[in-house]
Amino acid sequence: MSKKQENKLDFKTDWAYAPAPEDTKHIALQKQYDLFIDGKFVKPNSKKYFDTINPATEQKISEIAEADEKDVDTAVKAARKAFNKWSAISAKERGKYIYRIARLMQERAREFAIIETMDGGKSIRESRDIDVPLAANHFFYNAGWADKLEYAFPNRNPQPLGVAGQIIPWNFPLLMAAWKIAPALAAGNTVVLKPAETTSLTSLKLAELIRDSGLPDGVVNIVTGAGKTGAALVNHPDINKVAFTGSTDVGKMIQKAIAGTDKKLTLELGGKAANIIFEDAPIDQAVEGIVNGIFFNQGHVCCAGSRLFVQESVADIVIRKLKDRMETLIVGDPMDKNTDIGAINSKEQLLKIQEYIKIGKNEGADFYQSSCSIPGKGFFCRPTLFLNSSQSHRVVQEEIFGPVLTVQTFRTIEEVIEKANNIAYGLSAGVWTDKGSKIFNLSSKMRAGVVWANTYNKFDPASPFGGYKESGFGREGGLHGLMPYLKF
Amino acid sequence: MTTRLEVQKTYKIFIGGQFPRTESGRFYPLKNKKGEAIANICLSSRKDFRNAVVAARGAFGGWSARVAFNRSQILYRIAEMLEGRKEQFISELVLQGSTEKAAQEEVALSVDRLVYYAGWCDKYQAVFSSVNPVASSHFNFSITEPTGIVAIIASEESSLLGLVTAIAPVISGGNVCIVLASESKPLCAVTFAEVLNTSDLPGGVVNILTGKSDELHTHFSSHMDVNAVTYYRQNKAEIKLIKENASLNVKRIFIYDKLDITTDKAQSPYMIIDNQEIKTTWHPIENIGSAKAGY
Repeated sequence: MSKKQENKLDFKTDWAYAPAPEDTKHIALQKQYDLFIDGKFVKPNSKKYFDTINPATEQKISEIAEADEKDVDTAVKAARKAFNKWSAISAKERGKYIYRIARLMQERAREFAIIETMDGGKSIRESRDIDVPLAANHFFYNAGWADKLEYAFPNRNPQPLGVAGQIIPWNFPLLMAAWKIAPALAAGNTVVLKPAETTSLTSLKLAELIRDSGLPDGVVNIVTGAGKTGAALVNHPDINKVAFTGSTDVGKMIQKAIAGTDKKLTLELGGKAANIIFEDAPIDQAVEGIVNGIFFNQGHVCCAGSRLFVQESVADIVIRKLKDRMETLIVGDPMDKNTDIGAINSKEQLLKIQEYIKIGKNEGADFYQSSCSIPGKGFFCRPTLFLNSSQSHRVVQEEIFGPVLTVQTFRTIEEVIEKANNIAYGLSAGVWTDKGSKIFNLSSKMRAGVVWANTYNKFDPASPFGGYKESGFGREGGLHGLMPYLKF
Repeated sequence: MTTRLEVQKTYKIFIGGQFPRTESGRFYPLKNKKGEAIANICLSSRKDFRNAVVAARGAFGGWSARVAFNRSQILYRIAEMLEGRKEQFISELVLQGSTEKAAQEEVALSVDRLVYYAGWCDKYQAVFSSVNPVASSHFNFSITEPTGIVAIIASEESSLLGLVTAIAPVISGGNVCIVLASESKPLCAVTFAEVLNTSDLPGGVVNILTGKSDELHTHFSSHMDVNAVTYYRQNKAEIKLIKENASLNVKRIFIYDKLDITTDKAQSPYMIIDNQEIKTTWHPIENIGSAKAGY
């Protein structure tokens, strides 16, 4: 023990970084954004607009139209009208339109990254290196499927469903829009998409880009608003498909709401992933994986590795290294290129996280936060641990959607499998060990749709993503991600 | 010469590899065309269903972990057992109102459908799994895995073929199930349970209840340890309620209300895929947590 003390890292000196803010001057933002329907930006029937703010500064960026039932109806009618034309275009040409969107997004990547960070609070490093490139790649990848669908589903003649109503969350705004729109278009459907109310901007910039791409009018429509707008879309009688990414509670409401219809449904819901560290794991890499698993995107990740399980024999060293690593994380201005953890997406979400921190403390788990400073303005939360938490704690069972990690230890492989699976969710899991057979054993026993072995939070357009159990059904990405947008 | 009195069969339900009576003690009389009583059939209750779910959950781990080749042999064995007892099934079908010829056809089709799915047990994985060429230094693959417990409300019109059509794709994919048999034609279901029970199929993999859909569909769809519901009837109100209840724990719902089970369209690996989850696994290739790691 004494030796470890001697080696304890000193974070007080030499750890300061000079500010490296991304320049935001050249981006073009309007004071007000309308709805994108039938290839044009149109004023909302509701005549209402709501503010969108920068969660890092609490300053208003722009105002966004609120679509009411009538606006949604207009959008669905435009999509229905466009469907006949779009599904009649040869598949090869359809693919070329989608390729064009991908290319335009790559060209404007920097602008999209900056706006994503301004509107949502995520660090510029992540929006620049992950969100925007991946979003463009989703269009590029799916474009190529458009004229190859019969190879994907043997002995079937796949056909589009019609109009897809898509509702996306605020944690990866542009990426989720791409992830929803691209496969739907490749399969020959038309789309009405509703972004989350706190992060509409990159979807509306995408609308500009789609308009410029020459995509036929009405193939993609974007209606902004909150829950009421979403409900109007889900309940519209003339949509054939609902694709939702968001909380399990809302997912269940949607599943119930469309019960009496023939609408097809994909749900990508919440998660509470186990990230499991065995004693034979490469510890330093595992610590990086823990950090990436829970602090990536401020923990606003449905597949976040929010439940850490460490084998008892290495628990002390893993937790010491984890705490050391947490000390080096920079929480603050998302627009600074050095920032690791940006702003919490909204005040509402920050309050929810703070409420869970209170719950965790009351439940008796050991609370720990890194000592970093956080800005006085804006919504921020220090990276947080609940050590010695137990299976019955609410902070272990419920999705917090913030930078809060619960830590449990285990002795045997059977014990950790049991604990990891003993939860209503089943979206993802992480396993860290140097032994191949153990990885295959664990990964096949995890009741979860994505398993990261010796890595975490990796995404790719070619890789299917989606959950087991109450984390939803249907897959997005890859060959399997086309299936929910086709009938056979 | 004294005439020998025939020994009649008591028709019971099938839970966890055993043949209990319904715990409710309730029954409904089954009559032939002339209105004569043929048998007393168990009117299964919510409690029977819950017991069946417990049995099914207990069987899921073992059945889903069986090597696919072994599942294939067991499904083929079910076909063998059915073939060997086809006279009994034909006579029961006739007793339930079928013509002799139609009964023969139904049994033959049922045997062949089991053979069809026996063959798929170790093949659908290769058709529906994938290795995904991700744009990073990772090996990434997606495989199929069974969803879990599937509650099935089988066809009302077809006694044996309806049951086989519903069960075979579910168990060939490593799932376990609880099936509600045809209310008006339940005899074959109970006899089919005897076939299953002599086919090396582990107890609890298939559980068969007899009774009324209008009593049980609520429980089939609201039980929190059921992962999926498949429905082969046409009652729109029941379909709606099943889908509504499914939202309690995000059940997967498959409605086959327009399926003609007598054609080849009613058998397909896509019906196996209904109750398969896709699991994607990532592993780095070299440079674990490389210099490009996120933090």
